[in-house]
Amino acid sequence: MLIQLKDLKKEYLNEEICTKVLHGISFNIEKGEFVSIMGPSGSGKSTLMHILGFLDKASSGDYFFEDENVSKLSDDKLAEKRAKKVGFIFQSFNLLSTLTVLENVTLPLVYSNASKEEKDKRGKYLLEQVGLSHRLNYNPNKLSGGEKQRVAIARALINNPEVIFADEPTGNLDSKSGFQVMNILQELNNKDNTIILVTHEKITAEYAKRIITIKDGLIVSDQKVVNRQIAKENSELVK
Amino acid sequence: MNILEAIKVSLQMLLRNKMQSFLTMLGIVIGVMAVVIVMSIGASAQEFILSEVKTIGTDLIGVLPGKSDKNAPPSGVMGIVNTSLKYEDGEDILKKNYQNIDSLAMYVQGNSNIIFEDNSTNASFTGSTESYLVVEKAKIASGRFFTKEEEKNFSRVAVLGSNLAKELFGDQDPVNKRVKIKKLNFKVIGVFEEKGSSFVQDQDKSVIIPIKTAQKLLLGIDYISLMRIKLSNEAFISSTIEEIESSLRESHNINDPKDDDFTISSAAEALNSLRAITDALKFFLIAVSAISLIVGGFGIMNIMLATVEERVGEIGLRKALGAKNHQITLQFLIETVVITFLSGIIGIILGTVVSFIAYKVIIALGIKWFFMMPIPSIIVAALVSISIGLIFGIVPAQKASKLNPIEALHYE
Repeated sequence: MLIQLKDLKKEYLNEEICTKVLHGISFNIEKGEFVSIMGPSGSGKSTLMHILGFLDKASSGDYFFEDENVSKLSDDKLAEKRAKKVGFIFQSFNLLSTLTVLENVTLPLVYSNASKEEKDKRGKYLLEQVGLSHRLNYNPNKLSGGEKQRVAIARALINNPEVIFADEPTGNLDSKSGFQVMNILQELNNKDNTIILVTHEKITAEYAKRIITIKDGLIVSDQKVVNRQIAKENSELVK
Repeated sequence: MNILEAIKVSLQMLLRNKMQSFLTMLGIVIGVMAVVIVMSIGASAQEFILSEVKTIGTDLIGVLPGKSDKNAPPSGVMGIVNTSLKYEDGEDILKKNYQNIDSLAMYVQGNSNIIFEDNSTNASFTGSTESYLVVEKAKIASGRFFTKEEEKNFSRVAVLGSNLAKELFGDQDPVNKRVKIKKLNFKVIGVFEEKGSSFVQDQDKSVIIPIKTAQKLLLGIDYISLMRIKLSNEAFISSTIEEIESSLRESHNINDPKDDDFTISSAAEALNSLRAITDALKFFLIAVSAISLIVGGFGIMNIMLATVEERVGEIGLRKALGAKNHQITLQFLIETVVITFLSGIIGIILGTVVSFIAYKVIIALGIKWFFMMPIPSIIVAALVSISIGLIFGIVPAQKASKLNPIEALHYE
């Protein structure tokens, strides 16, 4: 079992006003799954992703990752988990304009002990995988949205993560670029990568194999996708 | 992330925000530059003053007429004329044959037009004794100096400083020519070698005549204005001073040292007090320029805090990608230290260049200046700039490391 949540709750205490965001969430995710967490804004899906991605801690309940209870880990231990176990793809790409494309991709390895040659080799390989080997030394600001998100995907893969979190990865993209991104994610899943996609759009969620729908901090449904969207076009972008 | 990696990241950040980095560095650059310039020029000035005093000679004891307080300048400086020291006092000291006294010269001074044919110039004349050459370490370029007989017989002979000789005689040989000092004819018997200017006395521009001639024929006085005694051994300076004191008290019938009508000073003593004064001055100037370093430090802190604000997204991203709090702290701290250290290096280079230019300019003005770049001061400046980075970098670095990655990620 990769991920196991047991009655996970999260509340924020802000100026003595307690805001409950997650009211008790329980589910399991196996290795190799492609799961969408879907819900309207304010449903708590982002908070849930942050907890799953070790960016935040639950107020109560247990979170087992690879059968280890990580709900009470220290900040440094969580940072270690983020460095080794997960990769993030954000809606707004979050590339550093002060670094080149290749440097952005290898950025997570700054916090590991890999040599520069190893990092660059792996970075170049991944950029080739997402079809951007001709953009290695570009400034990310000069790339199109779709290219930026593909750089972000390469960055998410650099540390061989157990899970890839994609937070509205197509939210800032035109439909063609979004299609490409979803295509890459599906191909990655085909190669046994676990992917957790967070979105508010049903059509985007349906690229996954399973959809967990959240509303007001509770799971309202958890089911397999029957008519799965397949992004087969442009498949030459992924080998 | 190791330190080298962090330094590399910092340098990359600095290079990519060149204008901002430059402005950030400016405060520290100027501060360090000011400190280096002050240290360098201060050391040069000190060396200059001390070397000037040394040209008088540290093996010399001066005797001035009139009592003066040790902590105040000699009364002569205040315009008071003291007549208490006479030619005979010097003779008395010499008669005692003190072991450590090598020679003794006496002086009177005045100003007059000095005329040779149609050339006339105003110069100072010094009446002195035959021992002048030895005491002043002066050298004769042509001709000779006057003898003991000439000193005592009111001879009207003169020895010219090199510049004065040039001014009056041009290319002619002055020896055996006649010059007029205060309308009296003097025979030029010699010319000094060029000695270089000193702020105590400029021999090159003056004329030396026998002391008795000057007293009686030119000034109409019976006292002397200064006595200088050359020692055979500097080590016995204080015992010799005591001997001179007792000799003078005896000839002046003084029983209580409080009633002394003379002042004894030595260049060695002057050297020590000058060193103390110049040291104090140097430290004062360093303290003043250190203020600019502190101001620069706050400037850096301010900019780094602003940088943290600007880079909230980056910090959040780095944390999301697995950076631990202390790694973020370290990165920002190293960035600040790299900035201040680079600023320090630039400041040291600029300070050295400015000091060197100052040295060249002062030399061009004809002053015997020195170029001093005290190595310890450079090391201190470099260490200070690093410490400023460490001290003023802590607050921004802590602030950066405490950012919540989630909030930081949604900041953009």
